Amino acid sequence: MIEAVGLVKRYRNVAAVDGLSFTVPAGSVTGFLGPNGSGKSTTMRMILGLDAPDAGAVTVNGRPYAGYRRPLYEVGALLDAKAVTPGRSAYQHLRWLALSNGIPRSRVEEVLRQVGLASAARKQVGRFSLGMAQRLGIAAALLGDPPVLMFDEPVNGLDPDGVAWIRSLLKSLAAQGRTVFLSSHLMSEMAVTADRLIIIGRGRLIAETGVADFLASGGDNYIRVRCTEADALAALLAERGATVGRDPDGALRVIGATADEIGEAARVRGLGLLELSPQQMSLEQRYMELTRDTTEYHATQPIPVPTPAAR
Amino acid sequence: MTATTTSSATTASPASPATGRRGGDFPNVLRAELAKLASIQSTYWALLVAFAGNIGFAVLAAALLAPRLKPADLAHVDVVQLALAGLHLSQVAFGVLGAMAITGEYGSGMIRTTFAAVPLRRTVLAAKGLAFAGTALVTSTVSTVAAYLAFLAALPAHTLTGTALSDPGVTRAVLGGGLYLTVYGLLGFGLGILLRSSAAAIATLLGVLFVPPLLLDLLPGSWKTTVGPYIPMQSGSQIFVAAHREAASLAPWTGFGVFCLYAAVALLAGFVMINRRDA
Repeated sequence: MIEAVGLVKRYRNVAAVDGLSFTVPAGSVTGFLGPNGSGKSTTMRMILGLDAPDAGAVTVNGRPYAGYRRPLYEVGALLDAKAVTPGRSAYQHLRWLALSNGIPRSRVEEVLRQVGLASAARKQVGRFSLGMAQRLGIAAALLGDPPVLMFDEPVNGLDPDGVAWIRSLLKSLAAQGRTVFLSSHLMSEMAVTADRLIIIGRGRLIAETGVADFLASGGDNYIRVRCTEADALAALLAERGATVGRDPDGALRVIGATADEIGEAARVRGLGLLELSPQQMSLEQRYMELTRDTTEYHATQPIPVPTPAAR
Repeated sequence: MTATTTSSATTASPASPATGRRGGDFPNVLRAELAKLASIQSTYWALLVAFAGNIGFAVLAAALLAPRLKPADLAHVDVVQLALAGLHLSQVAFGVLGAMAITGEYGSGMIRTTFAAVPLRRTVLAAKGLAFAGTALVTSTVSTVAAYLAFLAALPAHTLTGTALSDPGVTRAVLGGGLYLTVYGLLGFGLGILLRSSAAAIATLLGVLFVPPLLLDLLPGSWKTTVGPYIPMQSGSQIFVAAHREAASLAPWTGFGVFCLYAAVALLAGFVMINRRDA
């Protein structure tokens, strides 16, 4: 588990991270979301003790990262895949990492196989594509078989194959019970992999929540209905207590009735349904709305719920 | 507070390997730094330049310069200083190697990988410094001894006297050449820690050596005899002068001690600053 309390980091009086507190529970896949420049990487560097916070503190499994003598057994991290000396081979890079933490040599070959780099082990890292560099970075993170893994934008710049591979890897790591903390500026990525979300903007916490709760808190989930006799159906549903609005194309926007109820009501009255589709605001939309102008959101919870009228 | 499970535990590690006793894990970190040094091509290039420079200039000095010396010159030419003429080039190779040992990591961003693997930064610096110093001391000493032997081999008969290892100061000066190169490399390492950029560290390193003599030429003559002996180039070179030293210069080990102080100051400043700055 990772616990941040009141983290502040300023660069020349501009706060990159501004009083950030959050918890990444053990055994969860927690997504760390925010627009580019919102302080995700800075926060991750502070977790690893690379940058010192100006205020606040962060611990990994109860102690500051710098307190670990052999941290690779505790936390595996991939911050910047290209932050390796280009002249070394993949094997040589992993070899010195293993040596530094007293990790047996056999692990080097294991993780190279695990990430699919066994055949490129002798190739110079400087000649690696971004996808290969990401794989090497992940191999380095897995080297100590740590219970906590941290990845900064792991799918950035990857081709679809690479993205699919990372997704399935993250899922399998999570299934093994590891804590996975990964950042992204793409909500769509999180929808696939994460079960919890920490959303930040301009260095401040916007939301810390489960993915399902995050979606359910969207105030304007509705059901879109097109019907041969729209007015009759609208009257019928309004009678039953639902709120019915109109889309520009004449379709109904129904809030307060389930799709089952609407379908059954139409069948009983003999009304022909042309469309009956629940519209849930996507994670992406919710996220965009939250981070559109981050300065609006100073507080943590509850998440500000947009009203339908505002749309 | 610990994670509930781990998986596929293949690591045959002792219980709680991550924590253990407080303090560093120095032998492991040293092994890692030695592996780094050995797995980078620039190490071998620098050493090649150093060997080629030392041996090449020794042969040239013996074959071309020594026979042309007039009796008047012989009075103030030092045998070993002549034999180690290549130090002017090889010192740059060792200095750059020392600086790049750390600035190379800052340049690529690897320093963050290093400090994430070993959060005790001074342990990393100590291991890095020791790995470099050990490598440099062995290779530089071998190269100065080789240069000396090449010098003797290429020297036409009856041109110079006092060239034997048993002659006054010769053994100390030949081995001292290795010490000088190692300490100059450590000065580069210290500057590298402080400045973080290869270009800045190397420029400063060369400036520390070559600028003070130029300044002294501009200043009143008395400075040359009072301050002159203490500048890095003058103090450091005394250790590889066998017998014929200039009037206003420090004794070999005194001069070398002063030279070591320059490196020590840079290293100390680096060790102090390393925990104060973000990686």
